[in-house]
Amino acid sequence: MYDAPASEQKVTQNTTKIAAHKVQVFYGDTHAIKDVDVQIEDKTVTAFIGPSGCGKSTFLRCLNRMNDTIDICRVEGDILLDGEDIYDAKVDPVQLRAKVGMVFQKPNPFPKSIYDNIAYGPRIHGLAKNKADLDEIVEKSLRRGAIWDEVKDRLHAPGTGLSGGQQQRLCIARAVATEPEVLLMDEPCSALDPIATGQVEELIDELRENYSVVIVTHSMQQAARVSQKTAFFHLGNLVEYGETGQIFTNPVDKRTESYITGRIG
Amino acid sequence: MPILWLVLIVLALGAVGYILGRQRAMASAGGDARHLHSLPSYYGSNVAIKAVVPALVLMVIWLLVQPVYINTHVSGMLSETAIPDNSSRGLVMSEVRRTAEGLSNAVNQGLMTEEFATSARADMADVTQRLKDAGQIVTSEVTQPIMRAAQEYRVLSSSLQLYMSIAVILLALLGAAWGLRESQKDFRARNTVEFSVRMLLIGAASIAILTTLGIVLSLVFNTIEFFRLYPAADFFFGLNWAPSFSGRGGSSDLGVLPLLWGTLYISIVALAVAVPIGLFAAIYLSEYASSRVRSVAKPMLEVLAGIPTIVYGLFALLTVGPMLLKVFGDEGLGIMQAGTAVMTAGLVMGIMLIPFVSSLSDDIINAVPQSMRDGSYGLGATKSETIKQVVMPAALPGIVGAVLLAASRAIGETMIVVLGAGAAARLSLNPFEAMTTVTAKIVSQLTGDADFASPEALVAFALGMTLFVITLGLNIFALFIVRKYREQYE
Amino acid sequence: MTDAATNPGAATPRKSSLLTLDDRTRRRNASEARFKAYGITAIAVALFFLIVLLFSILRSGLPAYTTTVADVEFTVTQAQYEEAESQLFKTKAYEQLFIAQLQDQLTESGMQVEFDAAAIERIMGKVGGNIREFYQANPDQLGQPVSFELSSSSRVDGYYKGRVTREGLQESRFLQLSDLDLVDALAEAGIIRQAFNWNFITGADSGVDNPGGAGIGASVVGSFFMMLVVLFLALPIGVAASIYLEEFAPKNRWTDLIEVNISNLAAVPSIVFGILGLAVFIQFMHLPQSAPLVGGLVLTLMTLPTIIISTRASLKAVPPSIRDAALGVGASKMQAVFHHVLPLAMPGILTGTIIGLAQALGETAPLLLIGMVGFVARGYPDGIAAGFVDPNSAMPAQIYTWAARADVAFYEKAWGGIIILLLFLMTMNIIAIILRRRFERRW
Repeated sequence: MYDAPASEQKVTQNTTKIAAHKVQVFYGDTHAIKDVDVQIEDKTVTAFIGPSGCGKSTFLRCLNRMNDTIDICRVEGDILLDGEDIYDAKVDPVQLRAKVGMVFQKPNPFPKSIYDNIAYGPRIHGLAKNKADLDEIVEKSLRRGAIWDEVKDRLHAPGTGLSGGQQQRLCIARAVATEPEVLLMDEPCSALDPIATGQVEELIDELRENYSVVIVTHSMQQAARVSQKTAFFHLGNLVEYGETGQIFTNPVDKRTESYITGRIG
Repeated sequence: MPILWLVLIVLALGAVGYILGRQRAMASAGGDARHLHSLPSYYGSNVAIKAVVPALVLMVIWLLVQPVYINTHVSGMLSETAIPDNSSRGLVMSEVRRTAEGLSNAVNQGLMTEEFATSARADMADVTQRLKDAGQIVTSEVTQPIMRAAQEYRVLSSSLQLYMSIAVILLALLGAAWGLRESQKDFRARNTVEFSVRMLLIGAASIAILTTLGIVLSLVFNTIEFFRLYPAADFFFGLNWAPSFSGRGGSSDLGVLPLLWGTLYISIVALAVAVPIGLFAAIYLSEYASSRVRSVAKPMLEVLAGIPTIVYGLFALLTVGPMLLKVFGDEGLGIMQAGTAVMTAGLVMGIMLIPFVSSLSDDIINAVPQSMRDGSYGLGATKSETIKQVVMPAALPGIVGAVLLAASRAIGETMIVVLGAGAAARLSLNPFEAMTTVTAKIVSQLTGDADFASPEALVAFALGMTLFVITLGLNIFALFIVRKYREQYE
Repeated sequence: MTDAATNPGAATPRKSSLLTLDDRTRRRNASEARFKAYGITAIAVALFFLIVLLFSILRSGLPAYTTTVADVEFTVTQAQYEEAESQLFKTKAYEQLFIAQLQDQLTESGMQVEFDAAAIERIMGKVGGNIREFYQANPDQLGQPVSFELSSSSRVDGYYKGRVTREGLQESRFLQLSDLDLVDALAEAGIIRQAFNWNFITGADSGVDNPGGAGIGASVVGSFFMMLVVLFLALPIGVAASIYLEEFAPKNRWTDLIEVNISNLAAVPSIVFGILGLAVFIQFMHLPQSAPLVGGLVLTLMTLPTIIISTRASLKAVPPSIRDAALGVGASKMQAVFHHVLPLAMPGILTGTIIGLAQALGETAPLLLIGMVGFVARGYPDGIAAGFVDPNSAMPAQIYTWAARADVAFYEKAWGGIIILLLFLMTMNIIAIILRRRFERRW
């Protein structure tokens, strides 16, 4: 971890949620992530930035073992969630993913009603005791997703009928519904127009109250707007990690400076 | 074979035309190909196409029209008295054709002189005997009117054949001359040739339409003919299927309902076997199997798909039937009388349909975007939860389409039911009883030696029509669903 | 939907450790394992069916390739020949000669069996006639020892293959219990043995009463001529139609109609094509019945949609940049397609055609309607033109005819025929696979 004196006060406020140590990822013979050490804090928005193919998405997907679905992918090193190794043989990825939710680049609502989209997670994890309970969870999640007012009259309309920005907020609400502790977002705004992006960014800022949010983004402006901590990846290495303000105004590493000034990437 | 010779002559004319056209074009450009509008070969091709295509088209049309014309002409010669009571004009006409053919063959073999064959005063007994000597099948003694008609038939067809040859060769020559006249250096030969080629391509593509038209017309005309002899209401709502075996007259019950029931019942059994197995196989192969397992299991399933239906028919008749009989027959549970039954045919048809259902479902499941699955896994769903609650609902329309296509296959399947289902038409609920289907009865009604004009034979066309309408409806509906589904994810 | 929504006692497992599986997850994993097991079972069941099918084909079909023959060394002198020819029942005389010599051969190998002429006829058929025919054709062989290979009756053959047993034997004029003793004795003396049944591969269909003599050769020839028709019609027409639809067709009603038509024709039951063939080619055009030409035409119409669909896929796989490159140097659209796109798509087209042909080769139902049933395959056609128009059968129709006959001895022939049919199909598919592997291009 890169220690910046300026960030000290915030670090003391928040506890470490995820600690990664010497993480390596291989796709077949390709060494995609090299020796990444990072500590992600609770109730903080952490942004991963870097040029395309730098490994930021790959690393994000390691945090809830989404890479397990890819046959040729291999992960080495430790990733601890609240001090427990998530790659331990005893860990069921299903349980892990209930704690570490994920929102994807392209909005991917299920071909079901809005209600069923939200209720899907609580149902499979058995979070609701009865129908009223489930209704409550759905409403709460949609409110947290800042989309309740737009859809409350058509909860049983298909989720695919919403606009792109609404769909993405629906997906965020869907992820929130399982009450995760960490929320991973893989370029959540890249498929959205500026207005929808604004809405989602606002939402991310609100989510910080309850969750630890990790967001991968291509847009440095976005990282600057929404995150408190920023990590810069380049060619599979974590180059620099620190307070967002410090990374953007006073980067330590030459490569970070080149990237944010637009010379590489 | 004079037609073969005619074709060869026309082709030869085309070849000569090609060379001449090329030369003429080159000559008009002073021997320098660069002054031509198109490459020299296009001028040659232009002449060849103009010589060959119209001539061959004329020949084909002539060959199609000639038998119809001769038939109506010769048939008009036969007076009503020449037709025996127990026969029909159609039967007499086929006798005439047979006799005419026999006469020609006998002349070819040298057993008859040409004069004898055309002589009007020939002794009928003598003619019959000579025809028999020549190895021709002659039913009884050839009668005077039939002989007359046969002679007229021969004369007419040989003279028409001659006219045709002359007309075709003339047309080929005219076409070649026209093409040659055009072969000047400024003539846009390439465009003309390409236009002709394009027409050929359109013609080839239209054969699909012609085929459908042919199917519809042959079914419609014969079905109308059938309903003239047999009331349509009795056919559609009759509960009894019992054609008389004599094939002529008699009182046949030709109700389609028992056949439709048999078809439906067997198809349901088949789908009950094929859909769960095929669907689960597809799910396993596309969602769970490692690429090694897939590379072994998929070709194996394709082998099952590549086996001809006659093999499945034999499998039903000789392996599955006796096996089921051992379990459910008199020595076992005692509810099965014979090896051929709805269960036998349905089970084997189900096996046949497994690869059909699984490969279609495989395609459809693979068309569900990975992002859907990711979304579900990201929420902590297990694989089976993802499949049951996200992938399957998304793929459902496509899978319904696949099942409908499989159903249409099952309804139209012939060989398995001909060999495995039995021959008795029944309205029963017992799946261990023999029943029969629409397709099986089409085969049995058209392969006997019944007269084509009898209701017992014509009913096959009405059955074919029923089958065609049902399967066409299912296919159109299924293809519509599948297409809609594909569009959704493209 | 799952029952999870109303699951009692599902206390929210918040803040639980990742390292311990909670009950709910355990249950969910069990249901996951069950679901996976269903999939494995489905695959296993399908493969089981395949294995049973192949096993029963091999087990029941292989015996068709062996037949029971009797080897008898035999000498007829000039004097014996003349004497036999002078008698009233000439074949009877030859038979007597044969029996005497057979008796000698048996005694030589130290066996004592009594038999009469009727038994010999039951076991080996009309021996006398065969011998007489041979010597009439080859008078120079008189006086020299000749080895005859006589095929035994189908019931004796059945005795060897387990179809006929001593216990289940019903004595009849075809076979009696005592004959089986004689057969055993002859076998022990090395006179009766099993031989490869060449006649099955090269022969033609026999009558209903002679299953032993049935062969599939003639119908293989019939299938061959049919496939020639299909190849020479379906390939050019299919390719032309695909080129038009894929490269030239404007988007209009007519094109739509053709497209819908083709996809529907691909799913029309094959028997309907048989009806079409019967009504149009035979009733309307008066083409000869049972002719491979007509069979080929029907199968062409049936195969065209398959070939068109696969050809269009291969044409579509050729990237547009190739067309643009050709058009860019001033080629006409036609030249671009015929000089560049078509050659590149050719391996795919050929693969599709072979698969279409294989489909057509196994098709039975339409052939039955146009009269290509098995029993018309009585011999080889004489000449190429006759091969197209003379009545003949095809492999699958021949198999059907055998399967539909009452005598169980024909079932073995039907299975045997299936082995040959499947060998042809396998060869065609392997060629298609090799073509695909060899020339497949990834753009």
